[in-house]
Amino acid sequence: MPFGNTHNNFKLNYKVEEEFPNLSKHNNHMAKVLTKEIYGKLRDKQTPSGYTLDDVIQTGVDNPGHPFIMTVGCVAGDEESYEVFKDLLDPIISDRHGGYKPTDKHKTDLNFENLKGGDDLDPNYVLSSRVRTGRSIKGFTLPPHNSRGERRAVEKLSVEALTSLDGEFKGKYYPLKSMTDAEQDQLINDHFLFDKPVSPLLTCAGMARDWPDARGIWHNDNKTFLVWVNEEDHLRVISMQQGGNMREVFRRFCVGLQKIEAIFKKHNHGFMWNEHLGYILTCPSNLGTGLRGGVHVKLPKLSTHPKFEEILTRLRLQKRGTGGVDTASVGGVFDISNADRLGSSEVDQVQLVVDGVKLMVEMEKKLEKGEAIDSMIPAQK
Amino acid sequence: MDYKYRPIGAQTVDYKLRAAAISRTGELLLGRRCWFVSSSVGKIGIFVSTTGSNSSPQIRQQQGSAMPFGNTHNQMKMKYTSEQEYPDLSKHNNHMAKVLTPAMYERLRSKQTPSGFTLDDVIQTGVDNPGHPFIMTVGCVAGDEETYEVFKELLDPVIQDRHGGYKPTDKHKTDLNPANLKGGDDLDSNYVLSSRVRTGRSVCGFCLPPHCSRGERRAVEKLSIEALASLTGDLKGKYYALKNMTDAEQQQLIDDHFLFDKPVSPLLLASGMGRDWPDARGIWHNDTKTFLVWVNEEDHLRVISMQKGGNMKEVFNRFCTGLTTIETLFKDRGHAFMWNEHLGYILTCPSNLGTGLRAGVHVKLPNMSKNAKFEEVLKRLRLQKRGTGGVDTAAVGGVFDISNADRLGFSEVELVQMVVDGVKLLVEMEKKLEKGQSIDDLIPAQK
Repeated sequence: MPFGNTHNNFKLNYKVEEEFPNLSKHNNHMAKVLTKEIYGKLRDKQTPSGYTLDDVIQTGVDNPGHPFIMTVGCVAGDEESYEVFKDLLDPIISDRHGGYKPTDKHKTDLNFENLKGGDDLDPNYVLSSRVRTGRSIKGFTLPPHNSRGERRAVEKLSVEALTSLDGEFKGKYYPLKSMTDAEQDQLINDHFLFDKPVSPLLTCAGMARDWPDARGIWHNDNKTFLVWVNEEDHLRVISMQQGGNMREVFRRFCVGLQKIEAIFKKHNHGFMWNEHLGYILTCPSNLGTGLRGGVHVKLPKLSTHPKFEEILTRLRLQKRGTGGVDTASVGGVFDISNADRLGSSEVDQVQLVVDGVKLMVEMEKKLEKGEAIDSMIPAQK
Repeated sequence: MDYKYRPIGAQTVDYKLRAAAISRTGELLLGRRCWFVSSSVGKIGIFVSTTGSNSSPQIRQQQGSAMPFGNTHNQMKMKYTSEQEYPDLSKHNNHMAKVLTPAMYERLRSKQTPSGFTLDDVIQTGVDNPGHPFIMTVGCVAGDEETYEVFKELLDPVIQDRHGGYKPTDKHKTDLNPANLKGGDDLDSNYVLSSRVRTGRSVCGFCLPPHCSRGERRAVEKLSIEALASLTGDLKGKYYALKNMTDAEQQQLIDDHFLFDKPVSPLLLASGMGRDWPDARGIWHNDTKTFLVWVNEEDHLRVISMQKGGNMKEVFNRFCTGLTTIETLFKDRGHAFMWNEHLGYILTCPSNLGTGLRAGVHVKLPNMSKNAKFEEVLKRLRLQKRGTGGVDTAAVGGVFDISNADRLGFSEVELVQMVVDGVKLLVEMEKKLEKGQSIDDLIPAQK
């Protein structure tokens, strides 16, 4: 038990060589790690909900590689995927998360008071601040695998939890499938609306099935706290505001998240978490904190400096265009955020962003005055 | 038998002990005897004797695992009620959405084919794609030959709706004897620019493109290459695997209008037909470029015969000869084409059942196509129009793709005859309209 997954058992009629994917043109973490031996060892396995090795790797087989970033090429279908398929996923996690070992422990710290500073980033340069993470709800399979019934149950629980929030968190839920045109326009103008995934990385993993059933957006009346339901993860939680007060953004993030978690726990559906991998999410790249804390910051001079990439690497930061991942920067404005997810805590990662962006703004100001920044180049963090 | 724990996926099944069905192993397993019994519903029960039992009733009831073993994922979904799992089809306009009801969903959702294809697999593409602006899509696919049996409660009405009232008891006639086609060699090539006949074939013993594994797909490719490589004469040709095509080969195939690309249509992608692309996909064509086979696109095989001009008879000759030769080659290797006397040739999409045949021409009808009666004439001739880019495209320069509308319930010869006769008539009408004459006396009766 669980009884054999019929389709998967059927495939065992074919030899490993016959079923092993052709990865000769592939460049993703899964393709780097998967061997015929690992495939042979794992292919007859399944998680309790019936997720199989071929399910895990399908997106990586279908998408050989991304021109800008090294994609992961595999997803989890449920909490147990990370256990049942650890022979494949542990090396991928190690590769993706800076050598994180199967025996390592991950630290969770959502106490915003442990953050030092962060309330004084210069708003002449730092246009906006944002922290996002994802959460998976125990007892349900993940977006690549879940059924309509499960997805709707996640939505129902989420709506209950979110509509019970009050004070600065009082807000409203907008299901995608019954949004009015006016609501849709407003959400687009606020940059809140998410659309049906078009990225083949997501669609090949099955995350767009039954769209837009049980998908929706909740946000507070102040429009500073936002939750996406049933997109790439069960929940995506976002705290954001204009300007450079990352401290306030992080405070709201932590407080809101913990309020939501408490409500889910009361319904016996806490968030998926363990002491090795931290918060369990669909994509192995988001394990640990699942946190991306970032700013939109004007760095027209620093970004053209030959040491820009090196500085970012040392600060453990990454840059993106202001449209998010897969976009280019416009007008010298960059999205700068933490590069790490697993092996450091939420406070650690936001601290890196706060300190790193503060330094880069100072460098930008120096360069504006025609001064050198060599003495400011940081050591590797 | 007394089971203390009810296993996940267990069902209560009645087994009749019939001598012919019993394969008695009589092995001693921990001091007990085992019987393997097949039931009338195709399940195999494994019975273990209790110590001291000596009775063997004619009918047994057993709660236990039935083979094929429960599809884990599908069984897990059974924890949710039918209402909770039933798709929201309120904005949908496809055949599946017209037919599926909550009660039907409830009856079929626990079922699976022997290879594990489930109801949700059948309907996923129709759930994900609410409707097409130009044509009424089918909204469901088969994953294997047995899909049409296990899910007949859904698929029979869909088939009936799509194929002009075709009943579950109807028989389909296959006729691939080109000698039975009358005429067809004299369509006016001033108007008929090209002629083409295509169909699909599924290879017995393998799951269909929405469901097949890489191993299966490669086995279909291997068989196809062997079969096609043994063709001779004007059918002699070469196979080009998509995954190791050179740039030069690719350009040539594009110029010849032969190359097929990874599906972009969400109708196909949502049903899983794009998985593992381009593994085990390829194109074979003969040296004269008049006979072409696509391997592992929307069906295991798509077979196409084509040439410039209006000699549909020759196109159909080559089509039939080529197809029947290929079928023999596959049969010789122990893998016939999927076919039955009710549904004819079994293909992935229910719209292609029967003959799977689309015979058509590219024909210049600039005047006729603007005539008020154009649509009506096409309908009466049982023909349909498309743009020259194929389905989903618009006509360019008054040139239309005109082909048979039917697939099931008519034979191949009958369908090509309709195209030949119908196009001949349309060209006559075009000529009349060119001269400013009326076509009223040429309007045909409903075929």
